[in-house]
Amino acid sequence: MLDLIRNEGGRVAAKLLEHLNLTAIAILVGLLIAFPLAVYAFRHRRVYAPIAGVTGLLYTIPSLALFAFLTPYTGLSMLTAEIGLVSYTLLILIRNIVAGLDSVPADAREAARGMGLSERELLWRVEVPLALPVIFAGIRLATVTVVGLVTVTSLITYGGVGAFILEGIVRLDASRAAFGGLLSLLIALVLDAVLLAAERRVAPWSTRRSERTA
Amino acid sequence: MRDDTRNISDDARVMIALDGVSKRYPGVADAAVADLTMEVRAGETVALVGPSGCGKTTTLKMINRLIEPTSGSIVVDGVDVLEQDPVQLRRGIGYVIQNVGLMPHRTVEDNIATVPRLLGWEHDRIRTRTRELVDIFQLDSAMLSRYPAELSGGQRQRVGVARALAADPPVMLMDEPFGAVDPIVRVRLQDQFLDIQKRLQKTVVFVTHDIDEAIKMSDRVAVMNVGGKLEQYDSPQSILRDPAGEFVQRFIGAERGLKRLSLVRVADVEIEDGPVISVSATVEEALEEMQRHGSSWCTVIDTTGALQGWVDRHMLADVEVVSEVEPKRFSAYVTPASSLRHALDSIVTSRTRVAVVADENDRYLGVLSVERISRDITA
Amino acid sequence: MGVLGEALRFLTDPERYGGPTGIDARVVEHVLISYQAVAVAAVIALPVGLFIGHRRRFEVVAVTVGNLGRAVPSFGVLGILFGPTLGWPGHIGYWATFIALVLLSVPPILINTYVGIKGVDASVVEAARGMGMTSRHVLQRVEVPLAAPIVVSGLRIAAVQSIATATLWGIPGGGGVGRIIVDGFALRAEDLLLAGAMLIALLAIATEVLFSVAERVTSPRAARRAGPRRRLLDRSARRSRR
Repeated sequence: MLDLIRNEGGRVAAKLLEHLNLTAIAILVGLLIAFPLAVYAFRHRRVYAPIAGVTGLLYTIPSLALFAFLTPYTGLSMLTAEIGLVSYTLLILIRNIVAGLDSVPADAREAARGMGLSERELLWRVEVPLALPVIFAGIRLATVTVVGLVTVTSLITYGGVGAFILEGIVRLDASRAAFGGLLSLLIALVLDAVLLAAERRVAPWSTRRSERTA
Repeated sequence: MRDDTRNISDDARVMIALDGVSKRYPGVADAAVADLTMEVRAGETVALVGPSGCGKTTTLKMINRLIEPTSGSIVVDGVDVLEQDPVQLRRGIGYVIQNVGLMPHRTVEDNIATVPRLLGWEHDRIRTRTRELVDIFQLDSAMLSRYPAELSGGQRQRVGVARALAADPPVMLMDEPFGAVDPIVRVRLQDQFLDIQKRLQKTVVFVTHDIDEAIKMSDRVAVMNVGGKLEQYDSPQSILRDPAGEFVQRFIGAERGLKRLSLVRVADVEIEDGPVISVSATVEEALEEMQRHGSSWCTVIDTTGALQGWVDRHMLADVEVVSEVEPKRFSAYVTPASSLRHALDSIVTSRTRVAVVADENDRYLGVLSVERISRDITA
Repeated sequence: MGVLGEALRFLTDPERYGGPTGIDARVVEHVLISYQAVAVAAVIALPVGLFIGHRRRFEVVAVTVGNLGRAVPSFGVLGILFGPTLGWPGHIGYWATFIALVLLSVPPILINTYVGIKGVDASVVEAARGMGMTSRHVLQRVEVPLAAPIVVSGLRIAAVQSIATATLWGIPGGGGVGRIIVDGFALRAEDLLLAGAMLIALLAIATEVLFSVAERVTSPRAARRAGPRRRLLDRSARRSRR
């Protein structure tokens, strides 16, 4: 394995970067879509069930199948990869954002309204900051999930470090496959730890409340 | 209200004996309960009262070893609890907690039958016993096939106590048993419990933070301070009359005198003769009676002695016979079973400034004045 | 219709059924590997979860496993296990996939069992103990029946995850519905891709429905008010000194 690093060091680095890149894009785009959807669902409860239903359904479709489904339409492209990755983040992010907003105590909201904050100010200055711990937990979970899923995009030519896994399997090169696997495990655990530390900084009590049953 | 004639004599058998019992938690400097020694006699109802953290619940739970004592001995019915298998011990002691803890996935009947089943009773014996309990607790037998979630808070509480008594244990432990219901239901549950205790004569130890409840329900009250310190352990009357120290005094709270009044019944004091005349009497006779008692009013009774109401001088001004006027009704009157506190309340709210006493059939017995009441209390 | 039509034609082509590489064979082996993995994971995780929830000891273990479980990438685990299990009997990639699936299924079963048992109304448990039920009785007659729906929900999550992730088995040229998909990528046969995706979706939904029914069936009657609360690490159940 160390040979791998020595011989293909450049490629390893490139794939690592690609992995992080794909993850970051997926999370950011996911947040961009999930956030307004979640806020809307939070304000209009009736919409929440169908939204949760659709995103939940997307979540149960295995990534491989989802990419398989998309490829005929969007080809072997980054778009396919990102559409797939983003769909998986949606359920987690929406659920956690709504839960986070839910957890904001009613008195805080009332006090803010009483002071004359507009709906938008209320959202950004009161609700989101107080909901942050739970939201953050959602981001952490989504990130870690995406890291795993990126490896599967190796089938549509990306994969990040998952490429090594695929190559290893195809070429029956056990150490290459293990290398890719270990790297993906490493990325996942490191990102999880980093985000966990950040989450604890945001709110020390959050790590208990944010862990929900699967 | 408690029946004072049910006093446990001083040499009744000791049912529960705590000797130097302590409970210390590791890493905590102060003991939850430190060196507690007290006894509970057979058939007695004892209340453990005190502020939060005084160790009353800890003490209770040590009796059935839900909490293990760190030191000291606890003897129940002659057997050291530490030598018994805790599970067997608990099957012989009734246990009721504040939230009742009925098994939500079992019917009321199954819940009640829990301990008998654990003890291996035959089916028929259990069934008979369940019917008995339904009777004693005045439960609706339709309730038996329902689930706890379908019952009201008060009903759940009663089922909880019935469940604790199912195997007919000699001892009952109760932890704030009536705490989780609203005040109206609570009074009813307390009264019912007192009735049942009169019949069954179980040895009961219960924990409460409510001094009034303790006074109402128990033969002896153990006032506990932080750390399981026993400040006073005596009958409610004695504690109210002579509180041992500032802590007990503060804990009893204000209106100690009034609290004592609720423990004495009208039947226990001497009722006075009040102004009273029959409907058939003449106005002169009425006025004479009023003069004799120095009052401006007079009770009116019929020929059987039943209460009709009262009349005053003004009402009798233009008539010859008392029967020609409609007597005013009494806003309230008391019976011999009423407490002096109730009588006092009646006095304060009436225009006659005394409490009229009549029996269950409305027959006039006499009156009770404020002076008489305070004389009895300060005696 | 286009690709969709082709996929449907693929799925309804009788030539495609029968034999070791038929659609039916693929579906069967897919279901088998998934459910077997969940079964094995349950054998491991259920007792541990019951113990931790009932005794309230080593709770850290449950939480850590739960956390790690979510973070671990399945394809990565597959890659790591691929080499060591290469020579093992059976279909290629079977053992690597199987072990990966077991590892994936343990966390949700463990966490849900633990939370479910722990979340049973404390008053009910206290009353049961106080009446003289043995520890085992309490577990058997009170905690398990009341925690059953949450435990089954954990099994449901594990099963659905398993069905989904078992598609990875197709990558090392293995079996299952994933193989159909991977073949589709290799042959650039879009009908295979779509057909495979639809099959998986169906299997996942069927599993979800199956377990949801089981969840409802095991939910004890009229117990919902006292049932376990769905929050991990409910710190409000601290021991209080009185």
